[in-house]
Amino acid sequence: MDGDQVKAWEALCIEEQPPACSAACPLHVDARAMAEKMAAGDFTGAIALYARVVPFPAIVAHICEHPCETVCRRAEAGGAVRIGALERALVEEAYPTVRRSAQRARKPKAVAVVGAGLAGLTAAFDLVMKGHAVTVFEADAQPLDRLHRDYRPAVLPPSAIEADVGALIKLGVDIRCRQRIGGDASLSLDALIADHDAVLMASGPGPASAFAATLRLNASGRIEVDRETRATSHPKVFASGLHDGSEEGWSAIGSAADGRRAAGSIDRFLQGASLTASRGGEAAGSCLYVEVGSHAAMPPVEAADPAAGYGHAEAIAEAARCFPCHCLECVKACPYLAHYKTYPKRAVREIYNNDSIIMGNRKSNRMIDSCALCGLCETLCPNDLAMGEVCLDARRSMVERGHMPASHHDFALRDMAFSRSDEVAFIRHQPGHDRSAVLFFPGCQLPASAPRQVEAVYRHLSERLPGGVGFMLDCCGAPAHWSGRLALHREVLDHLRTVWEEQGRPRVVTACSTCLKQIGEFLPDIPVASLWTELVAVGLPDVVAPRPVAGPLAIHDPCTGRHAHAVQAAVRSIAASLGAEVRELTGAEKTTCCGYGGLASFANPEVGNAFVDRRIEESDDDYLAYCAMCRDNFARRGKRALHLIDLVFPDADDPAARPDPGFSGRRDNRQRLRRRLLRDLWGESMSDPVPIPLVMTDAVRADIERKLLLIDDIAEVIAEAERTGRALKDRASGHLTASGRIGTVTTWVEYQPTDAGFVVHRAYGHRMQVEVKP
Amino acid sequence: MTGVSGGIPVPDLICARCDKPLEMRKVEASYLGQTFPVELPCCPSCGFVYVSEDLAYGRMLKVEQALEDK
Repeated sequence: MDGDQVKAWEALCIEEQPPACSAACPLHVDARAMAEKMAAGDFTGAIALYARVVPFPAIVAHICEHPCETVCRRAEAGGAVRIGALERALVEEAYPTVRRSAQRARKPKAVAVVGAGLAGLTAAFDLVMKGHAVTVFEADAQPLDRLHRDYRPAVLPPSAIEADVGALIKLGVDIRCRQRIGGDASLSLDALIADHDAVLMASGPGPASAFAATLRLNASGRIEVDRETRATSHPKVFASGLHDGSEEGWSAIGSAADGRRAAGSIDRFLQGASLTASRGGEAAGSCLYVEVGSHAAMPPVEAADPAAGYGHAEAIAEAARCFPCHCLECVKACPYLAHYKTYPKRAVREIYNNDSIIMGNRKSNRMIDSCALCGLCETLCPNDLAMGEVCLDARRSMVERGHMPASHHDFALRDMAFSRSDEVAFIRHQPGHDRSAVLFFPGCQLPASAPRQVEAVYRHLSERLPGGVGFMLDCCGAPAHWSGRLALHREVLDHLRTVWEEQGRPRVVTACSTCLKQIGEFLPDIPVASLWTELVAVGLPDVVAPRPVAGPLAIHDPCTGRHAHAVQAAVRSIAASLGAEVRELTGAEKTTCCGYGGLASFANPEVGNAFVDRRIEESDDDYLAYCAMCRDNFARRGKRALHLIDLVFPDADDPAARPDPGFSGRRDNRQRLRRRLLRDLWGESMSDPVPIPLVMTDAVRADIERKLLLIDDIAEVIAEAERTGRALKDRASGHLTASGRIGTVTTWVEYQPTDAGFVVHRAYGHRMQVEVKP
Repeated sequence: MTGVSGGIPVPDLICARCDKPLEMRKVEASYLGQTFPVELPCCPSCGFVYVSEDLAYGRMLKVEQALEDK
């Protein structure tokens, strides 16, 4: 995989963007995580998150201007989450649980902070936590004097200030009051610089002429400060942002962030690191997409006693109003991503790591092969990220280097090889014609599921279309494409092109949405149309018998036809013209996979079933599909479903009850269709093979299907055992157990010869080979 | 190989061709170019090795998958 392409894919996923509240907070408090913990009743965990970022939780919880609330997305659905009130409730209840301990620096440095306001003390807090020795010099009689003056005790209780300042002193910060620096004071800035490794000027705005001898001043007589780094003209001296007089107005949370930025520079300076390298800006927006419309409006919780603020239960209820903000649009819709409990940004990295691993286990092989490549994530993603592209690229890369387990797709590729073999595949011009204007290409799965209707379609097209309608039973190569086998896919495409040219380059009409997409994408010079648009053009057959439609039908579009708008319209118009009341599920654009797409159900049956099961739950109506695999998968999982071809060419009284033929049944249907067509339409002599008579219960048959074993293989094992006598016998039951290596699988069969045939009791398989050592 | 074991042999199973009860023998298991010894029930005469369904979908499958992901 190409590393740059991987980075580009990762960049498209915005799930890891911060939520709006966190992005708007000058300290980037993770209010989303905090609210999640509070909603779960974990106030201790919530305040731990809060206090990790907020230096003075008690103070800030009371006086923060909470810019987070002005951007909260809940505002669009009932009112912004009252994050400020939640913080107060949190501090009320859980403040005593806050535990902090400063790092031990190997070489502690001495830092002087001039000014014990919120900025200066935040810097002092950050630097003492880093292990430095911090002394704060304050001209007033007490630290945070401004807070005492500006806030009524009802808003900011003095006890909150005492608690936070007390905690700071306990961490080791030395706060010295009534210590004015500069001017005619006893302590000069030069003396501080001489005695300390760094100095922070955090005494607030105002003329700084007293420091003119040491620091460069700006035009308005204030200390000149670099906006990004808070550096002054003296390398050891930094100053909080208020000093240059350009701040728009004081804010509590803004001051704390200001002090933090200055402390960050001081720490870098003390370590000899760059003041600017890989340093984020102060303001950060968020492009996290949030589907607000999916949340019902809910007004904020009102505190029973507004003066006291939220009680415990009220705080939990209010915190639960946080959505929380996530994108996850694809994850919500995709059973594959949900199964692996991941989202694209993380999944892309995991897939890339799995692809590039040199030594050790590749733990994500099956995950890469479990994507249905259905394109729904791309349709839903605000940035059009297609996980299918990522997974397909990884499959190709790993297959090419022999790193992808062949077992994932072995069965599906064997089925494809069978469809392309002489046992199934054939091509003929219409009887009585030596050229074809049109070539009918039904695909693999419709002949495997509804062979009689395929024959009826062919007869109908032959009657209605001039110039000869050829017939081609073959595979479009989709399984090779989906499995990432580029060489095999190319081989299939080359074969198709050669045959098409030999047939005189006819227009192709296909009954399969996957074939339509595959031919359109990989053989663009072959003109191809869908059977359904063709039927609209040539007209439906004149049938006198009543159509087998009872009740409304919920229409399911195949994932490979997600963007085939003309086909979608044709299908709906055909169904309507036949009297069916068609209801939409998600609509074609947002249709889901049946699990067959991308060979997901072969690599991961659990994920495959999750796709179809989730779709089934969407409606109680019978489903109307126009992909044979979709219909058969619905039937397999117990959903009544019919194929559009059942409406156009009725073959049964209740087509929605038609069972899933299963893999063995599909093979059989293809073979029979070939023999019947060649015999009945082209007059070729065909002999039907004499099958080995097998008897098995439905449960055994379903078990064999689930294990991806074929009836043909089971018959072959029994025939070989009967011929050679090579089998094991259970003396108690008389059952015989035989095995045979077919392809890469050893198939075991437990059976019993009876007058009615061979009763199959069970079958199983494994890939490992065992033999007695010579 | 340590991961695959035949477990307790089914005492009622005999080799239909040789008419002999199966015995636990050291056999060689191989997959994806890796080989390892394992004890499995087999016919002492013709060497027919028996793999039960439990073994096939249990520890044998686990080892197959572990080797595939190497």
